[in-house]
Amino acid sequence: MGYLAKLRVWRGDAGSGSLQDYKVEVNEGEVVLDVLHRLQATQASDLAIRWNCKAGKCGSCSMEINGMPRLGCMTRMSTFTEVETLTITPMRTFPVIRDLVTDVSFNYAKAREIPSFTPDPSVKPGEFRMRQEDVNRSQEFRKCIECYLCQNTCHVIRDHEENKESFAGPRFLMRIAELEMHPADEADRRDIAQEDFGLGYCNITKCCTEVCPEHIKITDNALIPMKERIAGRKYDPLVWLGSKISMRPKSKGTPAVPGKR
Amino acid sequence: MADETTSTEIERYSYDVVVIGAGGSGLRAAIEARSRGLKTAIISKSLFGKAHTVMAEGGAAAAMGNVNPNDNWQVHFRDTMRGGKFLNNPRMAELHAKEAPDRIWELEAWGAVFDRTKDGKISQRNFGGHEYPRLAHVGDRTGLEMIRTLQQRVVALQQADSYEFGDPEARIRVFAETTITRLLKDPAGRIAGAFGYIRDTGKFVLFEAPAVVLATGGIGRTFKVTSNSWEYSGDGHALALLAGAKLMNMEFVQFHPTGMVWPPSVKGILVTESVRGDGGILKNSDGKRFMFDYVPDVFRAQYAETEEEADRWYTDPDHNRRPPELLPRDEVARSINSEIKAGRGTPHGGVYLDIASRRTPEYILTRLPSMHHQFKELADVDITKEPMEIGPTCHYVMGGVEVDPDSAASSVPGLFAVGEVSGGMHGSNRLGGNSLSDLVVFGKRAGDGAADYISALGAARPAVVQADLDTAVTEALAPLRRGEGESPYAVHAELQQRMNDLVGLIRREDEVKTALSDLEKFKERAAIVAAPGERAYNPGWHYAIDLRNMLLVAECVAMAALERQESRGGHTRDDYPGMSPEWRKVNLILSLHGDKIEMVHQPIPSLRPDLLDLFEVSELKKYMTKEELAGHRQAAALEEEH
Amino acid sequence: MTQVSDPPARTRAQIKERTLRTDPWWNRGRVVATLLTIWVAYATVRVFTGHWYFAPGYNYLTPFYSPCVSGECVPGASTLGHWIPAIPPIIPYAFISLPFVLGFRLTCYYYRGAYYRAFWRSPAACAVREPHATYSGETKLPLIAFNLHRFFFYMAVIISVLNTWDLVNAFWPTTAVTPDGTHLTHGFGFGIGSLIILANVVLLWAYTLSCHSCRHITGGRLKHFSKHPVRYWIWNQISKLNKHHMALAWTTLTSLMVTDLYIMLVAANAFPDLRIFN
Repeated sequence: MGYLAKLRVWRGDAGSGSLQDYKVEVNEGEVVLDVLHRLQATQASDLAIRWNCKAGKCGSCSMEINGMPRLGCMTRMSTFTEVETLTITPMRTFPVIRDLVTDVSFNYAKAREIPSFTPDPSVKPGEFRMRQEDVNRSQEFRKCIECYLCQNTCHVIRDHEENKESFAGPRFLMRIAELEMHPADEADRRDIAQEDFGLGYCNITKCCTEVCPEHIKITDNALIPMKERIAGRKYDPLVWLGSKISMRPKSKGTPAVPGKR
Repeated sequence: MADETTSTEIERYSYDVVVIGAGGSGLRAAIEARSRGLKTAIISKSLFGKAHTVMAEGGAAAAMGNVNPNDNWQVHFRDTMRGGKFLNNPRMAELHAKEAPDRIWELEAWGAVFDRTKDGKISQRNFGGHEYPRLAHVGDRTGLEMIRTLQQRVVALQQADSYEFGDPEARIRVFAETTITRLLKDPAGRIAGAFGYIRDTGKFVLFEAPAVVLATGGIGRTFKVTSNSWEYSGDGHALALLAGAKLMNMEFVQFHPTGMVWPPSVKGILVTESVRGDGGILKNSDGKRFMFDYVPDVFRAQYAETEEEADRWYTDPDHNRRPPELLPRDEVARSINSEIKAGRGTPHGGVYLDIASRRTPEYILTRLPSMHHQFKELADVDITKEPMEIGPTCHYVMGGVEVDPDSAASSVPGLFAVGEVSGGMHGSNRLGGNSLSDLVVFGKRAGDGAADYISALGAARPAVVQADLDTAVTEALAPLRRGEGESPYAVHAELQQRMNDLVGLIRREDEVKTALSDLEKFKERAAIVAAPGERAYNPGWHYAIDLRNMLLVAECVAMAALERQESRGGHTRDDYPGMSPEWRKVNLILSLHGDKIEMVHQPIPSLRPDLLDLFEVSELKKYMTKEELAGHRQAAALEEEH
Repeated sequence: MTQVSDPPARTRAQIKERTLRTDPWWNRGRVVATLLTIWVAYATVRVFTGHWYFAPGYNYLTPFYSPCVSGECVPGASTLGHWIPAIPPIIPYAFISLPFVLGFRLTCYYYRGAYYRAFWRSPAACAVREPHATYSGETKLPLIAFNLHRFFFYMAVIISVLNTWDLVNAFWPTTAVTPDGTHLTHGFGFGIGSLIILANVVLLWAYTLSCHSCRHITGGRLKHFSKHPVRYWIWNQISKLNKHHMALAWTTLTSLMVTDLYIMLVAANAFPDLRIFN
């Protein structure tokens, strides 16, 4: 039943590294992370892998398998043939710490700049009343396990390090969408979504959606609706006409939280 | 390179409170400490937001009465005590039942988005052992919602500091991927700090702090088949022991009845109890719904006797009794084990958990999306079409650090414990859903406890003793310095297998004795494990260090399991199958003296009369001796029987 | 007391390969590029041809010439009248609608993604390095103008109404002689051509309504669905359609081409329309 799989694993640290070849036993029903663990236990005890739950719930074991961003624990070996060589590399968008482990602190810094949930201060805990249909949208986004595969795949920062300053990435633009659609939230993050978090960089090529292990429709349900909300504020001719006629002053959006990057 | 590998350089930080563990309880404790104005550090073994709490699926139990208005804290308290077979610390169970609703509502105010009832309140679902629908939930990913909410609350507090001090980490900082290996005390025996290493760099780090909150979770990694992640190596249990605190109830390990059994690589991964709460039933290979044969006497009155009555309960719970699939976890796990042993198991050594034939695919997809995803991706099973194969898996340890119920303080001044690493709350068996609420109820109390302790302490802070620090450094470096030796992976794998085989779901005196003598051999091998390579992110080294903790914990479990000569909750003795009212009065307390673990019997705290009166005497007499019931409101009735 | 050493500067894993993907990731881009190119070429040729855009009698007007408002438009085709004098087809006869049709498709969220991938190759496929040194996406001119999709959507709705008017005409033959010399009775009647036009118009409506802008306007912009049950219902329906926006984008390209081709062939008398009723 078992066979020897050919693995090419990127080993190294910030300075340098290379793909190294291994042959590792594979048994029925195993996932890539199982095979990496066997490699660790039998041939390379210091092989650095970040993992935790091994059930697709924590989003720790993000890596690139044959060039595609995936969770090691949710990629079954049976999706590959026994003769092919599996190339396993760390996520490319983030600095590497060692082997397959990358420094994902970029994401935590971005998370800290988004204004948090802002309910009406007069509503006391226990008094919130929200309908299921009103929370469905935010709930979809809250399925996010923060594996950062979307961040890693997005070419805006994957291929352009210089954009990291002005682009928060799909995960955090989705976080903005989640809060904007939260029925009890009162802040307005539309301006900062465009100006501080770089929604305009997104060219909706949907790679974030393609790699999401939780199958969240990031582009269709979060990013495009956010683009539309901003279009509604800035580019809709009817809204523009309406604002000219009523002469209602434009409300000011909530500012981004100053960051320390 | 050699210099870097063996460098003894230490980064030093100074905090008021150091919380070890960034799961639900740790984050809640840190939030409370920070809200009380204390400078707080959160130490996380993994990345921020990945802690084991994300694995919790079903929900958080809180008697809010949103779905059934008859629910209140007294009912919840009763259910908790019954579930724990009356071995719970009653004060903890009381506080938990009373405060859980406030803690859940607080999460909502921090941005948690629970599933809703028709009238817009937090929806609540049925679960094993809970009389009413009580679990606040989000599909079957409630733990993720809780951890994300607390994580985002920490971020919100950091944002406040950004505005106030220009530094988000001014008063609360997360040290991700950092492991604590030793707690340090001052000569007077008070907590003075915590020592460990940063996984990223392998550098040593010292946190000087007068208060440490242990929130490290459980010990599941000591067993082979477990629903727990690698983090669950009993760190907090071991750190507490080594610091002089006491552990209690370590023999009580919960085996969740439903873990995946196939494929082998995912064996043990949790299948949420919600499957049963939402209509799933257990069947053996003969197709028989077998749980009706296993309802124990103490629960007979509350559970249905026919399939028809059980099925009616889902829609009309007020006039029917509950299906026996929703018995407390220990009962269901034992029943499944008996079926498998009797040769009525599935091809892969489990039993069937069937919801496909009982609910529509749409219903299953709405209520159990993660389960559908998990089985589809990992086992190629579509749970809307086929039954699942499941079997018991090591899930939770009821035992832990003995703490003061109100403040979560241990016997060591300045040391607090909360969540799974603390003991007493759940008695001999935890009810599903009581863990998530436990985390936030006692997390807040631990934060408060630490703050109160610090204000009582005044300006004089305990100081770390240099010699202790040096010892800690030497201990941590040892596996790296050994050129050659045992593989930590191999020792760990064998330890897991032995614990699973000998001190698992069903225990026997001779087997537990064998385990204890095996543990001595494992200790010898662990003393010579070697981890080649550098310090930065070297998992071999990390494993070698964790082994010490797992071995200490394993020994505690085995010793207590051997001592307790009865079967109760998460402790089942083949050779002592009954529950004994005499043993109910006893907590087994473990502490470390030198390198020897000592065990003493300690009477359990008695139930306050007003709490005692919440139960019918007819029920209590199944658990308690006559003398204990003397103060009960119906004590006279007891007399008349004779 | 606190001494913190800075962590070493960290860089990404140095991997030379543009991608390590082993699947034929380039396929999709090539297919999309080829199909779009073929379609654009066909449409361009057709729009500037100035012939075979209307089949009299049958009353079939190709969508590429609707509304036919140039003075050049043959009798029967210009149901909305002649808006400008007769000029050669250097200016397309439907100049009034074509820019908006084009704009609607050009700014469509699906097409944007598709041609960014297929032509501009940013990225050509997921996790494949793009060939450009810098990237600013839709933050600057000209691409920032894609935010005008909403405006084009409003126009597209009007154009869909015009297409529907053409559809009504296609079910209402006139007494004019058809290209193949048949005389039809004035009144209700339809042939295969009418059904093709019907299918095309239905698909065009579906594509237009499945648009992300439409999804936003009808309900997506609301914070509380529960307070607007009707709009919530509409939003749900539009959302269901929206899931098929990509499929509709391609089927409408096909149906436009098929409709035009059929009308062209009938108008050029390659074959008569197959009549089903009158």
